[in-house]
Order: sequence, then structure tokens, then C-alpha cells
Amino acid sequence: MKIAVCIKQVPDTTSVRIDPVTNTLIREGVESVVNPFDSYAIEEAVRLKEQHNAETCAITMGPPQAVNILKDAIALGIDSVIHLTDRAFAGSDTLATSRVLAGAIRKMDDVDLIICGKQASDGDTAQVGPGIAVVLGIPEITYVKKVVRIDVETKTIEVERLTEEGTEVIKSTLPCSITVVKEINTPRLPSFKGLMKAKKAEITVWNCKDLGLEDFEVGLKGSPTQVVKIFSPPSRKGGEVLSEDSDENLDKLFASLEKLL
Amino acid sequence: MIKIINEKCVGCTACVKVCPFSAISMVSKKAVIDYHTCTLCKACVPSCKFSAIIYEEEKSAAPHKQDISGYSGVWVYGELTREYKPASVVLELLTKARDLAKDLKTYTAVVVIGPSAARSNFEVLKEYGADKIFFAHNEHYKHYLSEVFADAFFQVVKRHKPDIILAGATTIGRSLMPRLAVQLQTGLTADCTELHIDPKERLLIQTRPAFGGNIMACIITRNTKPQMATVRHRVMKAAAQKNPTCEIIEEKATPVKTGVEFIKFIKEETSKVNLAEANIIISGGRGIGAKENFALIEQFAESLNAAVGASRAAVDSGWIPYSHQVGQTGTTVSPKIYIACGISGQIQHLVGMQSSDIIVAINKDPDAPIFKVADYGIVGDLFKVIPALIKRFKAKA
Repeated sequence: MKIAVCIKQVPDTTSVRIDPVTNTLIREGVESVVNPFDSYAIEEAVRLKEQHNAETCAITMGPPQAVNILKDAIALGIDSVIHLTDRAFAGSDTLATSRVLAGAIRKMDDVDLIICGKQASDGDTAQVGPGIAVVLGIPEITYVKKVVRIDVETKTIEVERLTEEGTEVIKSTLPCSITVVKEINTPRLPSFKGLMKAKKAEITVWNCKDLGLEDFEVGLKGSPTQVVKIFSPPSRKGGEVLSEDSDENLDKLFASLEKLL
Repeated sequence: MIKIINEKCVGCTACVKVCPFSAISMVSKKAVIDYHTCTLCKACVPSCKFSAIIYEEEKSAAPHKQDISGYSGVWVYGELTREYKPASVVLELLTKARDLAKDLKTYTAVVVIGPSAARSNFEVLKEYGADKIFFAHNEHYKHYLSEVFADAFFQVVKRHKPDIILAGATTIGRSLMPRLAVQLQTGLTADCTELHIDPKERLLIQTRPAFGGNIMACIITRNTKPQMATVRHRVMKAAAQKNPTCEIIEEKATPVKTGVEFIKFIKEETSKVNLAEANIIISGGRGIGAKENFALIEQFAESLNAAVGASRAAVDSGWIPYSHQVGQTGTTVSPKIYIACGISGQIQHLVGMQSSDIIVAINKDPDAPIFKVADYGIVGDLFKVIPALIKRFKAKA
């Protein structure tokens, strides 16, 4: 069995501080990390590899420094990594990104399972996972919180998916693509052996041409959506804070709440 | 391409601070963009007070320019609940669709995919002013499956060519729309907070937050149709306006063959009120201290008919299931009132709830960041404050 994990490099919000005056994020010196949801995707791939003796590969599309998250993936137990990088990819929206990632998976050949995080923490769209599946013409299951079983013989997968009201149990044939939520697992820390492996890791690099894609299918040119304006939303100002939980203050807070209801 | 006009750059470093990818650095007191790192997100453009950063669109023959003539109508995906009733977000979007359709001088329609039994619940769609209901019904549409529903929707779109399709940013909407958009090779904008029609170009201007709500982006889909967007619960306000001439159009539905199968649904027993749809959310964090103490949050929620939320710390401690988690690795919510109890307000939590109308914070640490965003706050022991509030609400009831 062959598993592909699609990951993204995002700004690390844990190292972000809030400017006390303007109440906005201070992004200076913010490091890039693997998208939080993608760490669950990596962990699930490694667990399935251990159970089914699968071959795992992590893929990312991004600028040269995105290799760091690929090395992290190796340290966590992923077997091989592919870096999709090309100036032509810059400005790709979710459709163009889906084409690039799907192009790589097609080139890898014989991938049985694709795992993506539910969404990325910078764009929050949750569109690329399903997009890849459509480009490849395979089924996908979103919001997966548990892989119940994979039957390598009959090439099927059964999963539980999280919905607003409860859990759905869904079965699919392989190849299939899933997007995962945090509940699916608790990611491990990299092992010493893994870190050593990451240092020496060989990184396959593919560009637009390698994927057999034309310039106009990717990047800004291949993106149907276009950003026409960016602005900062008005920042939230804190209101009155009552400094102690005296009966008088509780009455005051209650009166404020009551007015809102 | 984003460019810096050297003559205008005064070296103030404002752009360096806002770049989410650290792609801008100062060289000899001038801003320089590293084009290998730049993702063209354009966050720097408005940050420059001296108009020294400009964005130039690359002029190219738009390859995805399809024939976009003949597309009209503002459609809403008529998502059904498990009882086959239109979800509340459908009525909110239908209200918005009426405004957009008025500006475009076109019609509104709701697309319903479901079993034939759903028909008996269509009255409410007429009450909220739908001009047409496209109804693709088949007994295979009893349970949502992305491939099957996207294909059914795709067939309806191909037949009737809508200008705009809106859907709720629900679990279903956020699974179905991405699939449909790629099948149609058109643009889709997720989680829009505002939608309006540009009077000049008659395009849908879609405003959405990015980077956890720290910047807002206006997005258009110019060269392809339909223009597609998802919107979260409660972002648009529903208002009834009966349309007695609403027409139901039967759509031929041939379910696509798929390897995916619905096995069963297990209802979550702990949640009485759906987090995404809730008017009021009471959330508990690390300050709750123990699993059994969450009963206090549940009591508080019950007295206000609110949903129960939680911070990541509370979920990771095993005090409450993950489905209640609000924040970056959980759910994003925007209720009318969000009451944070014993939640310090880490940035990962704030990005998931800071668009709530009103935020109330109860925390014993006066320096907790949550107070910086709270409209009302009290520094105190939540085990004293919450029972006191419950008592007062009960006395009034």
C-alpha cells in the first residue's frame, strides 16, 4: 500500500504575540511550521504504515524553505518526500494548488490513500483536499476522526467522520482521499533516529514541467479567484473589566448580560 | 507581481512586520521582497502608508476564460437536516440571495438534493422568497455523500447555468462546494463574511478573513462561472418575504456510481445545542480544573439555552469531547454572545471566536489576554461567579 500525505508550511501562530497597543499580531520573526492539522495527517500515515507495512510519502508545494517541513515529516517516520517548487506556482488559489498536488500524486503512481489535514491555518479554506480528489477522479471523505479499518486485500477503507450532530461511519473503495481532524490521533515527537535520518534525507524536487502541467494551469494564471483588495479589520477593543467578584459586581455583570439576552 | 517603488520607500519597516511569510527585509534602509518566499498574498500592499508597494496583475490571456454568457440567477444550496428540513443557514443565505438577485435583476433559486420525502418541507423556502426550487430527488440521496451529491448538483448547474451559487459553510457545504467547484473548474471562496455586487462589473465581491481574521480579503471570480461562495451560520440575517409564485422544478437525477457507502450515523448525546448554530456559547477552559467541574458549564449553558464550547486545554485534558473545541484546531464560531470561563485567551483560541458579537470573560487572572478582546469581563473565581449568575437568571425566569 502507498500513502501520500499533503502538507503545507504556514506561519507559526504559537510564536506570535499580540501588540498591546494596536491589538494586532506581531509577525516579525515568526517562524514557519507545518500546518497544525497536517501533523495529524502525518501521524496517521505513520500509524497506517506500521500496521499495514505501507510506503509513505509527504508532498508539499511551496517556496525553497518549505523543505524544512518535509525534513520534519521524515523525522516523524515518513519514508520519502517530494518538494513541488516553481516560480510559476506563486499565487495559486485552491484550484491551481489542487492541480499541482494531484499532478504529483499522479506522477508518483499507484497511490492508494491520500491524507490531508482538514484545512490550513492561514487560509482556512478546506478546499484543497477535496480538490485533489476531483482532479484525480477518486472519492474523498472529509472531517475523518478515525480510520476504523483498511482492508488491503479488498482495497477498502472504513472511517468515522465528524459532523455537527454526531459521527458518520463511511466506507469507500481505494484509492481514496481523506481529510483529518485533530481527534484522529496524538502526534508523536520525532525520535533521535528520525532526526538523524532527516538530516541526510534526500528530497525529490519537481517543478511545473516535471508534473506535465502548463504555465496557465497553475499560479495566478491558473487561478479562477483573484484577490482584489486586502484590508485590516477593525481591531476589537476590550470593554469594562470588573476587578473583583463582589456581590455588587456580580449584580452589575448580571444586569449587563440580561440586557443582551 | 508585487513591487517596491524605491523612491517612495522611507524604510519604516511597516511591511516587514505584516508579511506573514517573512518575505520582506530591509537592505540599505529600503524594503526588498524575496520573490522565492513571496506568495503574492498582498498583505503588505495596504500596510505601506507611502504607497511604495504596488501590485501589478500579470497580463496574460486568461486561459480559463470560458464562455460565460448566458449565466443568470442567484442560487442557494438547500442543505437538508437529518429530518430533511432546510437547514437554518439556507434561509439566511436565501435572504442574502434576494438582495443580490435584485441588484442583478435576476431570480433566486434553491437547489435541493434529497429523497422525495423532502418535498413536504418546502413551504419555508417559499416563505423566504425563493423564485424557484430545483429538486433533484432520488432514494439514493437519503444520506450525504460528496461524490454523489456533487454529481447531482453538477448536472443541475450544467442545465440551468446559474451566475452565483451560495452554500452554508457547514460540514456538508465545506465538503460539497469544493468538489463541485473543481468539477466546474470555477472559483470558490470559503467562509465569506460579506457579499455584494459590484455595480460596474456586476461581479460578486466576496469578503473573507484570512490569517485567523487578521486580514480581510476581497475576492472575485472574473473569468469563470458560476461564482461560488460559502458563508458560515449566522453571518447573514434571515428575513421572511413570502413568494406565492415559487415554482418547483423537478430535476432528472441519475445517481453516479460510487465506491463510497454510508454505513450509519451515531448521534452525539452530550451536545444539546449545535455549536455552529448557537446564539449563545458558554466555553470552559483550563480554569475549570477537572472533568466533573464541566457540569457547572453545562448547567450555566442550560439556564441560557446555550451551546457548550471548550478551549484546547480542556479538550486535551479529556474533560470534554473534541467536537466542542473552539479555536484554530477546532471549530470557528461567531455567536451573538460568547462567554469564556476560565479561558486565558491564547491566540489559537481567539482566532476561533473573536468574530462573536459580544464576548464575556470570567477569569481569575487580571492579566489574561482574553480581557483584551472581551466586551464584559470579571476578574474572579468562576466557581463563585457562575453559580451566582445562574441563581440570578433563575430568579428572573
